Order: sequence, then structure tokens, then C-alpha cells
Amino acid sequence: MPETPRGLQLREGDVLLMVGTTKGAFLFRSDADRKRWEMDGPHFPGEEVYALAFDRRGGRRDLWAAPASAFFGTTLRKSVDGGATWSGKDERPVRFPETSGLSLERIWQIRPGRDHEPDRLFLGVEPTCLFESADGGESWTAVAGHLEHEHRAHWTPGNGGLCLHTILPDPSSSERMLIAQSTGGVYRTDDGGATWRARNAGVRAEFLPDRYPEFGQCVHKVAHHPARPERLFLQNHWGLYRSDDWGDSWEDVADGVPSDFGFCMAVHPHDPDTVYIVPLESDGFRCTPGAQLRVYRTRDAGTSWEPMTRGLPQENAYETVLRDALDVDSLDAAGVYFGTRSGRVYASRDDGESWEALQEELPPVVCVKATVVGPA
Amino acid sequence: MSVVVVLPAPLRELAGGEASVPLAGYPGTVGEALAALRTEHAAVYDRIVTEQGEVRQHVNLFVGTTSVRRTGGLDTPLEPDSEILVLPSVSGG
Repeated sequence: MPETPRGLQLREGDVLLMVGTTKGAFLFRSDADRKRWEMDGPHFPGEEVYALAFDRRGGRRDLWAAPASAFFGTTLRKSVDGGATWSGKDERPVRFPETSGLSLERIWQIRPGRDHEPDRLFLGVEPTCLFESADGGESWTAVAGHLEHEHRAHWTPGNGGLCLHTILPDPSSSERMLIAQSTGGVYRTDDGGATWRARNAGVRAEFLPDRYPEFGQCVHKVAHHPARPERLFLQNHWGLYRSDDWGDSWEDVADGVPSDFGFCMAVHPHDPDTVYIVPLESDGFRCTPGAQLRVYRTRDAGTSWEPMTRGLPQENAYETVLRDALDVDSLDAAGVYFGTRSGRVYASRDDGESWEALQEELPPVVCVKATVVGPA
Repeated sequence: MSVVVVLPAPLRELAGGEASVPLAGYPGTVGEALAALRTEHAAVYDRIVTEQGEVRQHVNLFVGTTSVRRTGGLDTPLEPDSEILVLPSVSGG
């Protein structure tokens, strides 16, 4: 039997790493030097955990998780004591309206809202829909402008299901937000969620007769830095792009990577032009190219990319890193973390220059979230 | 005499630790029994049934030894002493 999780004693300045797997969630804590890690888990043993989040707004230390049973559905759970206890086992606040004909399959993303709206949170779910809470996560409502979107009938599921996996609120405007889904692509609202416009100009769809449709792309991840939110980076199902205008147009920035296929993407915490990705060979062979596990980093907004290899296996490494399994903390130098489908978690505490295995032999990793405990 | 819902281990915690739940009234069908279950144990109901009122894909309900998928689904008739067995299917990884 798995050990019973005790939770972590989180102190101000600690680094918290939340790792979701197909068999439960694991929590890791370190002080700011990030050399020694304490592990706690598995939380929700036997249940897949595709979405995790830490909400530190307004003095909170809320851990959020979305475990899903293969049999009994998805729940949304919260812990205010470092994972010692989780509320929400007997509640199901995330529900589609009966009139929609839809049922919740999986929660793919938990996103605390803007700093100036500390009670607002967002969820991205499968089948694709944006949910919103205005009361700190007590109650949730499907955002009607997305639920009833005229394109909905044309959105089709990819291999992972029809999921909304990326939520990027404009930190300075409650009216603007960008979301991404597979398939469907990128959508943006400029009126607080009432309407959503497809923002995929220049993003290709290899799997459609029209390679550049208005919508229908299989976008895997979009990332940006809150200090320069209009500059977006996009990892596509074939394609690597940048936008400097909140998604109105996209430019191919895949020069210098071994493959422009991949899933995950994260922006450096202090430099909006530094981005991390882990390319994969192809959609037919979703493993690291050349059996080398390499994180690619750009420091010039995609003009050039460099492989980060020190400490990572460079032979016989047939690894896959999924869309939410790469993240950064907010320290200087930045911690960069990722997990693989073979159950390994790697960490860098020097902006990605060097790496070491933080944990091995976990179940397949599907989500990695890093944060520094303390005020937002 | 009452209709009883027998729960698998993962759901018992949501029913106060009980392995079986006797239902109030006299539900005449499986659907009526689940509605009665919802009144007493909404969290258990939500694990068995989606928000569209459908039994979850990987949950099987048996009346006696027969799956209700073969006997009319939620319209499957019940006797006053029927036992509804809730079991997770052989799926997952």
C-alpha cells in the first residue's frame, strides 16, 4: 500500500513543486537553495491528476488539484494545509448545465485569476469549456460565450480528448483573456468572456486540407510573461510560433530546433524573451529526437534556440514531456522543472544550464507546477 | 423490506462508511432508485451518474446478477426487496 501523505510544512520562501501523474499527485518542497527535496505522496492514489495549481494571492496558500477516477468522475479538491487534508471529496461544483448535453470528463487546467481579483479562478476542462469562479472556488459557472460558441460543433478531439488546456488572463485588464484548446486553436476575448474570436492567423494545421484555417488548429500550449503579456509563444501540433500582438498574428520561430513538434512550453520568470521547450521527433514518434533528452531554450524570443543538455541523458532517452509537464519557479536564477511519461522529474536551479533528476520511477507525469511560497 | 444499493469500497466513505444503503419509499425502477439515492447521498449519486443523468461509462449496475444495461437501463423494474449492486468496470490502466 502507498504511504499515507502527511502534507508538507510550507514556509515562506520555500519552493513547492506539484507533480501530477496518472496514478496520483506528489508534492515536493525545498528551501530556496533547491538542493534537498522532501517528497509527499501519493495524494489521490490511483487517480489521474492532470491539473494542479498553487494560489498565493491575498495571503493564501491554497493547493488545488483535479483528481479523476477512471470510474467515478472528476473532482476539484483544495488544501490549505500543505496537502495534509483536502476538501471537496463529496462535492461536484464543476458541472455543465443540463441544457448543454455535456458532461465533465476531465479538468485540464486550474488557473488562479489576476492579482487584483483574488477571488476569481478559472478552469479549462474536457469537453472543451472555460469555467469561472468569482467566490474563491466555492462555485463555478461555465462561461456562456465559450460554451455556446458558434464554432463548437466544429471542434474535434485530439488524442488527449477535446480539451481547453491554456488560460492566459491579461494581468492588467479584466476584459481580455486568451485561451487555447485542442483542437480549435487559440481564442481571445476582449469583452470579459462575452465573445471569443479565433486568433490563429499564421498557425498551420497539418492534418486539415486547408493548412491555415481560421480555427481548428491543434495548439498544444501557449505561454507568455505577465510583464509583456502581448508577446505570446505557441507550441503547435507541428509548429512553433510567436505573436507580438496578443495573437492577432503569428510568426514561425522554429529555426534552430530539431523538430517543431512538441507539447510543453514555459517562459522564464524574469525575462519575457526566454522560453523553454522540449521538442519531440514527430506526431508518429512522440519521443525526444535522436534519443537525446534536451530542453531547448531561446533567449531572444525565438530568433535562436540552444539545447540544454548538461545532466540530461544523451543516449537511449526515449522520453516524452506532455503539455503541462514543464514549469519554472520565480527565483533568480530560475528553477526549471519537467516530468516525463516514464516517471522522471528533472530540475535545474540555474536557468536551465544544468539538470539533475529530482525523482525517478514515478507513474507517468502529466503535470508539473512550481511556485515559491509567499505573497503574490 | 426496501430496495438496497450496495456500494463498492471507494464510494462507502461518501455514504458515512456504509457498504449498503437502504432506500426510502418504494422505487419501481433503477432510475427511481438512483433519484432516491441522490436525496440521501448526493455525493454517491454524482459518482455513479453524470450531470446528464447517465450512468458513467465505467460504472456497472446490477440488479441481482444481471447488468441493467441488458434489462432496460434506468427503466429496469425493481422488486420491493431488490438489491442494486454498484461495481466499477474492468477498465483503467
